[in-house]
Amino acid sequence: MWRYIAQRVLVSIPVIIMVGIITFTLVYIGPGDPAAIIAGDEATPEILERIRHDLGFDRPFPVQMGEWFLNLLRGDLGTSYFSGREITELITPRLQPTLSLGFQVVVLSTIIGISAGMLAAWKAGTRLDKNLMIFAVLGFATPGFWLAFLTIWVFAVNLGWFPVIGYKPLSAGLIPHLHSMFLPVMVNSILASAFISRITRSAMLEVLREDYIRTARAKGASEFSVFLRHAFRPSAIPVATVIGASIAGLATGFVLTETIFAIPGLGRMLVDAIVRRDYPIIQALLMVVATVLIGVNLIVDILYAYIDPRIRY
Amino acid sequence: MAVISDPATEWQLAPPVSARLRGSLGATYRAARRDKVLAASITVLLIGLFLAFFAPTLARTDYERTDPVNRLLGPSTDHWFGTDNWGRDVFDRTIVGTRLSFLVGVSVTVVSTVIGVSVALVISYFRLLDSIIMRVVDGFLAFPTILLALALISLIGPSVGNIIIALSVTATAGKIRLVRGAVLSLRESTYVEAARAVGVPVPRILMLHVLPNIVSIIIVQATFTLAGAILAEASLSFLGAGVPEYVPSWGNIIATGQGYMQVGFHISFFPGLFLTITVLAVVLIGDSIRDHLDPKLRGRLKTTAHS
Repeated sequence: MWRYIAQRVLVSIPVIIMVGIITFTLVYIGPGDPAAIIAGDEATPEILERIRHDLGFDRPFPVQMGEWFLNLLRGDLGTSYFSGREITELITPRLQPTLSLGFQVVVLSTIIGISAGMLAAWKAGTRLDKNLMIFAVLGFATPGFWLAFLTIWVFAVNLGWFPVIGYKPLSAGLIPHLHSMFLPVMVNSILASAFISRITRSAMLEVLREDYIRTARAKGASEFSVFLRHAFRPSAIPVATVIGASIAGLATGFVLTETIFAIPGLGRMLVDAIVRRDYPIIQALLMVVATVLIGVNLIVDILYAYIDPRIRY
Repeated sequence: MAVISDPATEWQLAPPVSARLRGSLGATYRAARRDKVLAASITVLLIGLFLAFFAPTLARTDYERTDPVNRLLGPSTDHWFGTDNWGRDVFDRTIVGTRLSFLVGVSVTVVSTVIGVSVALVISYFRLLDSIIMRVVDGFLAFPTILLALALISLIGPSVGNIIIALSVTATAGKIRLVRGAVLSLRESTYVEAARAVGVPVPRILMLHVLPNIVSIIIVQATFTLAGAILAEASLSFLGAGVPEYVPSWGNIIATGQGYMQVGFHISFFPGLFLTITVLAVVLIGDSIRDHLDPKLRGRLKTTAHS
């Protein structure tokens, strides 16, 4: 098992390096001149030249990229053009809202998705199954930002159950925090669970046709036990893949959700940075998000080996 | 065996393109008659395509001109979907917005499919090139689509062409990975091995023996790319990283309505509905094509229905 884990970690390293090369190159070849952004409109050519020299922009490309990588390894994500502050310092207060949203959505969508999928597989071919799958296809096609708009209109504007906007941090208390996050969590969970339920259903149906399921039924195992003990574990692999993939989808969803619900998280930070063309922040966030997702894939890979020991060899 | 590498007989095995096209249109029509959901989805897409081409001539108002006297009106017989905060007709803006969605969606799908399939076919036979390209592909796929597209657009500037480029990057990377996987597994099959053994050159094997067998995977994947690209364009426009505000796009009309939730629910509601129904139609068509093209899966669905 440890050998397998070490192997997976080693495989991820070149991907992270590639992500770094792409991120750095994109911004490097981009047309924006960082010196001009920092200096403002009234800069003379001499001032621009001095800023370029001070920040090391006049050095060759490989040297700049090498230094950027070394800084990353030291945990230095760079300095914001706009505020002149360290990006790590700017990111820290943004972590809590995004992580809290992510944690709640992953837990909730997994629970809803797997139970709905298993229910549909259990009642395959019935009206319940059909309705659940209609819901799943709808969830797949509905744009999250529009669903967010509809829920705000119904539950915040008309019913007044939740604030229209207004994020409350955990320090304001758990209940106010969860209350302020309720709508964004629900919107993202419903959409993510739609996909998970679809995959759970088809994976379960696939496994249920196996011979050993017939054997389990023949030896008199209850339908409940056939489902939970014999069928679920083998079908957990595609489900784990989809949950991993839906976390990548969430990263996209959060950019939109945080913008609509005015949650001061990483997604909002990225949109603000893009509006201000604050390239070091864009670079840093792309790098952080991609690294986190590579980490999630790594965990999913390790989970595979845990679910199905054959994969370790 | 020599027959396989004889171009004349090889082509004779396949019916002419026109017959194949007529055959697939006929098959689609017959499938749509049996399957009401498929028929409805195709109808939705045809209406969408019609609007994409003719909406600007159908529009009854100047959808880019502001008219402050008539701002924020609710739906009425004059303005079916009401008016927005500048007094522009939301119905006209919504139907004209179809154009951008379809233009971006179809372009991204075509660009990513053509480049993705060609690259995947080529690299599958050159080991060194394959390992280099696949590392780059892995790198690009590590980013969430919208995040990378947002960053790219902030660098190269918001315009329709740049939106298409930004969205095609990840779509192409995804295509390369998918098609390469399919090609690699086909390469091990007996008939490809047989073709190699009798000396059919690699490009011929790829075009005549491998490509026809992955067409169904490519078509199904293309429908998901189309759905994803339409959603992604709307998301980018919604975030303000798309076309300028006066050019109607479903995403930016929804964004406009967001600021007028109390009085202007209609502004965001209708374009969102159009967007959802379009994406839904594309996804359903994709599902249906997959069920029809993949005989294995069809058998599987039948067995599950009985169990």
